[in-house]
Amino acid sequence: MKRSPVLLAVLAALLVLLPLLVGNYALSVATLILYFAYTGQAWNVMMGFAGQLSLGHAVYVGVGAYAAGSLFFHYGIGPWAGVCLAIALCVALGLVIGFLAFRFRISGVYFALLTIAFAEFTRIGFDHLDWTGGPGGMFLRVAQRDTWDLANFRGPPLMYYYAMLALAAGAFALCAWLLRSRAGYYWQAIREDEEAAQALGINTFRWKLLAVAISAAMTAVAGVFFAFYYNNLFPEQIFHISRSIEIILGPVIGGVGTLFGPVLGATVLTLLSDGITEALAAVGWEIPGIKQVFYGVVLLAVVMFLPNGIWPALARRLRL
Amino acid sequence: MSLLDVRSVSKHFRGLRAVHEVSFDVAEGGIQGLIGPNGAGKTTTFNMIAGVYAPDTGQILFAGRAIHGLRPDEICAAGIGRTFQIVKPFAGLSVLDNVMVGAFLRERHAANARAAAAKILERLGLGAKRDLPASSLTLPDRKRLEVARALATRPKLLLLDEVMAGLRPTECDQMVAVFRELNRADGTTILLIEHVMRAVMALARQIAVLHHGALIARGTPEQVVRDAAVLECYLGEETEI
Repeated sequence: MKRSPVLLAVLAALLVLLPLLVGNYALSVATLILYFAYTGQAWNVMMGFAGQLSLGHAVYVGVGAYAAGSLFFHYGIGPWAGVCLAIALCVALGLVIGFLAFRFRISGVYFALLTIAFAEFTRIGFDHLDWTGGPGGMFLRVAQRDTWDLANFRGPPLMYYYAMLALAAGAFALCAWLLRSRAGYYWQAIREDEEAAQALGINTFRWKLLAVAISAAMTAVAGVFFAFYYNNLFPEQIFHISRSIEIILGPVIGGVGTLFGPVLGATVLTLLSDGITEALAAVGWEIPGIKQVFYGVVLLAVVMFLPNGIWPALARRLRL
Repeated sequence: MSLLDVRSVSKHFRGLRAVHEVSFDVAEGGIQGLIGPNGAGKTTTFNMIAGVYAPDTGQILFAGRAIHGLRPDEICAAGIGRTFQIVKPFAGLSVLDNVMVGAFLRERHAANARAAAAKILERLGLGAKRDLPASSLTLPDRKRLEVARALATRPKLLLLDEVMAGLRPTECDQMVAVFRELNRADGTTILLIEHVMRAVMALARQIAVLHHGALIARGTPEQVVRDAAVLECYLGEETEI
């Protein structure tokens, strides 16, 4: 484990200096990677640490985005107040889902189905909510793109890159701390064997709810970023199950339950997706869906040959 | 004074009378055995004490306080540690981390929990294996890990569910020595369910015998092995040919 801090320091320095080295396109790709590293880390708290499979994390992104977006759209209130509202709403929603599931002992696949159901009917709900624009979407005003306006979170791509870098680094540090604390041990015990965990004095109901609350709060912040980065929100898009799957793929490919897994997974997947697009463009193939086929084949290979993800295998190689 | 007082508890599963009106107590600082043939209701009794099931009728008092109907985690927090007959290690965690999970009940900080866990592992002879994943342990070591984890919660009463089953005689003797030492040095009260008579006879000062869900005998090991009802349920009636 001695080499991990060195690796982290090099990675952090590289990421801070990255804007000096690359252009705007690469910076937008890097922002996207950090975004998925962040949301993957958030999802990992629930599934990787506490063993509760959520397939509906898009609901927290969406509710967080719409909460902060609505405040800005209707009242001109900036995202700093918006992020507080987003976190409050998403934690409340997570606690409702968690309470229902854990109170009535819904676990495993059925818990996952419940999370999908919540994401789906929230999507349908927003489709019928005129206040947020319904299916036609909500568009946030973009006044300027040149100077850093941190109060309203408006500025050049560089600002969004650094904001996402700070969030991803913060999430990494938070998860590293959680994993070494009592909460981390209790969650892993629940993940490995809930009955044995309970016999050791762990109120599993309460600790599982805490995992959901933290995961939901973290994801809500990603939603606020999403709203102010893309400036347009559509229920069909933001709550869609493919959004939830996108969040999950990073940690699954990188290594569920590990700290570096979500980061590595997000990097590999985003670069792969972009790489395939570029490669196909270079070769000149324009077959519809060919990108998805390549993407799927690579995912399949990783899952088959590295069922625990890339990071555990890589860590063993590097002897970290 | 009795630390655990089981008062005419019953538990039925649909039509099956698993435990019927069973009463016994465990003296503070004592070692009590609970024996009986397969299906006698030992594990059901054990699970009622540990909070897995609430008894249908009857009471269970621990240090004078009613604990029947509490959840397993509340029972553990009250001071009753348990092991599982079919061992349940946290397979993905290291041996030390397994025991730390238990230690966190009384120690909030990771460093203190780690120190407490390391001490317990030394005591159970697992010190050298503390960094191995729990999944790599052999069965005797897994049984030791079960005990170590339960001990880390600092129980006043330790419930052992067939913790000797599957051990070789020498390993069994080592475990007996560990429990004797725990009982003598720390004053930990022990209630053990056991099939291995060698272990029960060596450890228990008092034995309760269950048969078909009912208590049929109580007493010292010497009294119990001479009890006619006990001999009958274990060896069959003398007249039977």
